[in-house]
Amino acid sequence: MGKAVAAADPAARATELGDAAVAGDRRALARLLTAVENRSAVAEHAMRRLYPTAGRAHLVGITGPPGAGKSTLVAALIGEVRRAGRSVAVVAVDPSSPITGGALLGDRVRMQSYAEDDGVFIRSMASRGHAGGLASTSAAAASLMDAAGFDLVLIETVGTGQSEVEVAAAADTTVVLEAPEMGDEVQAIKAGLLEVADLVVVNKGDKPGAQRTAAQLRAMLVATAPRDDGGGGAPPRPRPKRPEVLITTASTGEGVAELLVALDRHRAAGRGDGDGAAARLARAETLVWAILMDRFRASLHDPVRGAATDAILTDVADHHLDPYAAADRLSVLLTGDRGR
Amino acid sequence: MTDRPLKVLIAKPGLDGHDRGAKVLARGLRDEGFEVVYTGLRQTPEMIATAALQEDVDVVGLSILSGAHMTLVPRVTKLLDERGLGDILVTVGGIIPDDDIAALKAAGVSAVFGPGTTIASVADYLRANARPRD
Repeated sequence: MGKAVAAADPAARATELGDAAVAGDRRALARLLTAVENRSAVAEHAMRRLYPTAGRAHLVGITGPPGAGKSTLVAALIGEVRRAGRSVAVVAVDPSSPITGGALLGDRVRMQSYAEDDGVFIRSMASRGHAGGLASTSAAAASLMDAAGFDLVLIETVGTGQSEVEVAAAADTTVVLEAPEMGDEVQAIKAGLLEVADLVVVNKGDKPGAQRTAAQLRAMLVATAPRDDGGGGAPPRPRPKRPEVLITTASTGEGVAELLVALDRHRAAGRGDGDGAAARLARAETLVWAILMDRFRASLHDPVRGAATDAILTDVADHHLDPYAAADRLSVLLTGDRGR
Repeated sequence: MTDRPLKVLIAKPGLDGHDRGAKVLARGLRDEGFEVVYTGLRQTPEMIATAALQEDVDVVGLSILSGAHMTLVPRVTKLLDERGLGDILVTVGGIIPDDDIAALKAAGVSAVFGPGTTIASVADYLRANARPRD
């Protein structure tokens, strides 16, 4: 199964792997996920074939600061989901080194007890420094897991940067994990991670301060009145979310059953309301924009335009050209008009 | 794609609790530009084979200090073969008597790295011998 076969006909390879993955072949799914990570032609063909059959799984983003207990909570949640008779796939994203490109993917350490269970599939993924592409890569991976028939797809990321927030925000339901005593009320009302949360989970509920942290978060996050959009014709403004706040102790399983109930409740609500539609639209945009960006970049660096593109970029670097004028010229290069 | 990082699973099968070496290697290979999946202590051969399959790794590195390598390693390579993963490069590190190396190689291990092996030499070996798939 060599490189040569895949290179010769990515469409045939994608069909073969895609059909096998949908039929339950985990190795085929794993190979497709690698193609997604590598942004290969096989991935494109597989997405073309499988995306229309996806859309059934519940996509859940789980994020939070390092050490809050994300992997432990995901492991506990896997157990709970399996007890409920549902299948679950996990994408666990860890950062790539910006210097060497290497990565240490350690999230499986806490999830290894499901090796014999075909209803559980865990995949670690390095962030690889894709410019704005991490969210699209993990969303594409989630779509393939969805098409492969998993009921629930969990996407776990470290919530320390904008791209990680985007990953979590591309899910149907976004869970933000906090540990007790991570900050005061003012931390909770700063713009950022907590704003994208549909559910806020205070983990390590057995530690002192967990109840107080949860109470503070509830007071700051939930108590604001919803804005009345008036029901007029104007498109609705983005509304602040009003997340439910839960307490779990992932290491003992305490509160995890309640978390699954809350996830199901959020999903059921999201099918009808505007938030669910907004999340699906945001995910669609993420996927499509990333593909367009890749195509633009590839076109501008192709043999026909590459030299002109490099010259324009060099002029910007040397301050001979401003970046807006450069964008105008690149648009002309690409489409024949100035792109507006 | 030729520039994608190689993906390596570092696993400790069996019951010994000494994972310092495995962690140092995992960290070192990260710094050499590999994507390293670390699964932790006390892995069964089934856990290792499942992780290798789901992660679609290019290399499985087994760290064994317990002396049980003649039992554990062939079970891992057999499971990999059964699951269609026979093209994954398998290496073993730890305390392995010279007399056992030939048997491990016969069981499908491509290299054995003993004490004193540098991380750079492991990295060079993996780059030269792992076949990036698809």
